[in-house]
Amino acid sequence: MSAPTQTMSGEAPVFYVADEHDHPPGQSTMLGFWLYLMSDCLIFAMLFATFGVLGTSYAAGPGPKDLFDLKLVALNTAMLLFSSITYGFAMLEMQKGNKSGTQMWLAITGLFGLAFLCIELYEFHHMIHEGAGWWRSAFLSSFFTLVGTHGLHVTFGIIWLVVLMVQVSKFGLIEANQRRLMCLSMFWHFLDVVWIGVFTFVYLMGVVR
Amino acid sequence: MSADAHTNHGHDDHAHGHGHDDGRDHGSMKSYMTGFVLSVILTAIPFWLVMGNVIQNKNWTVAIIVAFAVVQIFVHMIYFLHMNASSDGGWTLMALIFTLIVVVIALAGSLWVMYHLNVNMMPVHDMRNMP
Repeated sequence: MSAPTQTMSGEAPVFYVADEHDHPPGQSTMLGFWLYLMSDCLIFAMLFATFGVLGTSYAAGPGPKDLFDLKLVALNTAMLLFSSITYGFAMLEMQKGNKSGTQMWLAITGLFGLAFLCIELYEFHHMIHEGAGWWRSAFLSSFFTLVGTHGLHVTFGIIWLVVLMVQVSKFGLIEANQRRLMCLSMFWHFLDVVWIGVFTFVYLMGVVR
Repeated sequence: MSADAHTNHGHDDHAHGHGHDDGRDHGSMKSYMTGFVLSVILTAIPFWLVMGNVIQNKNWTVAIIVAFAVVQIFVHMIYFLHMNASSDGGWTLMALIFTLIVVVIALAGSLWVMYHLNVNMMPVHDMRNMP
């Protein structure tokens, strides 16, 4: 500290560093995205609560035992689980900087996600065809809302995945793209966590009850 | 693709702008495979219990499949989402705990209140009031 900055009493003035360290772009993105996921988690929790309350109000209509085909649900669960692990492989390839490997695993993940959606749409179509649509009973209304919301999330996840594949092919595995891929990774695994709740509380418990 | 070739250099590998270590774990082949195998087991057993009608007591079946679901959710959080107490200075875990508290209050409250409404306020079919 040189003389001109000294105060009258001779003590060195105290400076406080206003900004203690740099905030590079995207540093807080992951935490922000995690907070979004938590709010999404609240949406699903409310839909689960709705289903828990209304899930036994059949209005003299068909119940879970008449409607649910557990083999189909098991196949669906397997699709989502495979897509989770293939996305994990895509992330590992990304960390190694292998662009084509990342793209390949992302494509496989997208295909598994698409298979999940097709099976779910087939199930919905089958139920609606039998007259068990969302208008039939409170049970079916809450079922279609909960499972449909999850399906909608998977749909948007696949759209996001395709967009990121285009981004990676155009700009490569730059830092921004790595960050985006990590966000989608959290989103995708989160959807798998929600599906654990769906197949346990909606399908398995519905059939047991 | 060797399992442990890229286990430890996950952080060093992509030296992208981060001034300091954020405590985030990016996972390895081993953690993903562990999570996957555990998930398959934890999914297959509940489906087997319900589809095969293994346990006659329904309450026990429900309790067991819920327990498996809870364990599997933790497996996914640890091995796929790479949750740990130190990522982002503990804020990730903090947000999760807060969310879980809200979720438990909302779920337990809704089910409890609505169950009692159903039990206590079921319409009584009293024929004397019929026209």
